[in-house]
Amino acid sequence: MTADTTTASAAWPASTREDARLAGDLAMWLIIGIEMLTFGLMFIVFSFARMREPAVFHAGQATLDLHLGATNTALLLTGSWCAARAVQALRGGSERRGARWLWGAAGFGVAFLLLKSLEYRAKASAGYDLDTDTFWTFYYLLTGFHFMHVLAAVLLLAGIAWLAPRRGWQGRNTHAPETVTAFWHMVDLLWVVLFPLVYVLR
Amino acid sequence: MSTAQRIDRLWWAMLAATAASWWIGETGLWTGPLWPLLIVFGLSLFKGLAIALDFMELRGAPAVWRRFVVGWLLLVILVIVALHLGSR
Repeated sequence: MTADTTTASAAWPASTREDARLAGDLAMWLIIGIEMLTFGLMFIVFSFARMREPAVFHAGQATLDLHLGATNTALLLTGSWCAARAVQALRGGSERRGARWLWGAAGFGVAFLLLKSLEYRAKASAGYDLDTDTFWTFYYLLTGFHFMHVLAAVLLLAGIAWLAPRRGWQGRNTHAPETVTAFWHMVDLLWVVLFPLVYVLR
Repeated sequence: MSTAQRIDRLWWAMLAATAASWWIGETGLWTGPLWPLLIVFGLSLFKGLAIALDFMELRGAPAVWRRFVVGWLLLVILVIVALHLGSR
C-alpha cells in the first residue's frame, strides 16, 4: 500500500471514496457473510439458553480454564497480525518476507488447534461430552464449529504461504493472499465474541 | 504512521484488551456491578472493529460490506449484553 492510500485509509467514513475496494475475492466475502450470520445466530441462541438455564451454564462455564481461553485469544490475534503484515509485505514487493509472515500466521493457528485439542481431551477425560447437559452441547457445537474453521484457515494459509513465492504474488498481484487472509481474520473476529461469551462471563 | 505501524499498534492494543478481559473474568468482578460486563464487551467490540476495519481492510471497502460487518458486530454484542442483563 502506498503512503497516499495509507493516509486515506485512516479516514472515516470511507464510503465516498472512489477507490473503495474489497480486499479479497467477492465469493469469499459471500462465504464470510454466511458464516458470520450462522455464528451470530449461534451466539444469540447460546445466550438465550444461558438465560433459561443459568445454573447449568454457570456450573459448566466454571470448569473452563480462562487462562487457556485468553492464551488462545492471544494466539489467534497474533496470527491475524502476521496475516495482516503478510499482505503488506507482499504488496511491498517482498514475496519471501510475505511468505514468512503467512507461515507465522499458520503456525499460530496450529498452536491454537493444539491447545484447543488439549482442552477437549481434558474435558472428555473429566466426563463432559455432547450429551452431558445443554451447556456442554452448546460448548462442543460452538467451539467445535469454530475449530473446524480454524483448521480450514490454517490449511489455506499454509497453501498460499507455499505458493506466494512460486506464483509471484506481490505488488498489485495479491488477490489470492488477500482472499485467504480475509477468511482467517473472520475466524479471529468470531473468536473475539466467543471468548467473553463462553470463557470470561462465567 | 505507516500501515504496518498501525497494524503493530493495534495488535498490542488487542493483546492488552485481552489481558484486561482475562483480569475481569479472573477476579469475578463482572458478577457484581454492571460496568465490568460492559467493559468486557466494549473491549470485544474494540477488537472486532480493529480486525474488521484494519486487518480485513473494510475501512477502505465499499460501504455495504463495512456496514454489514460492523452492524453484525454491534447487533450480536448488544443482544448478548441484553440477554446477560436479563439473566441477572
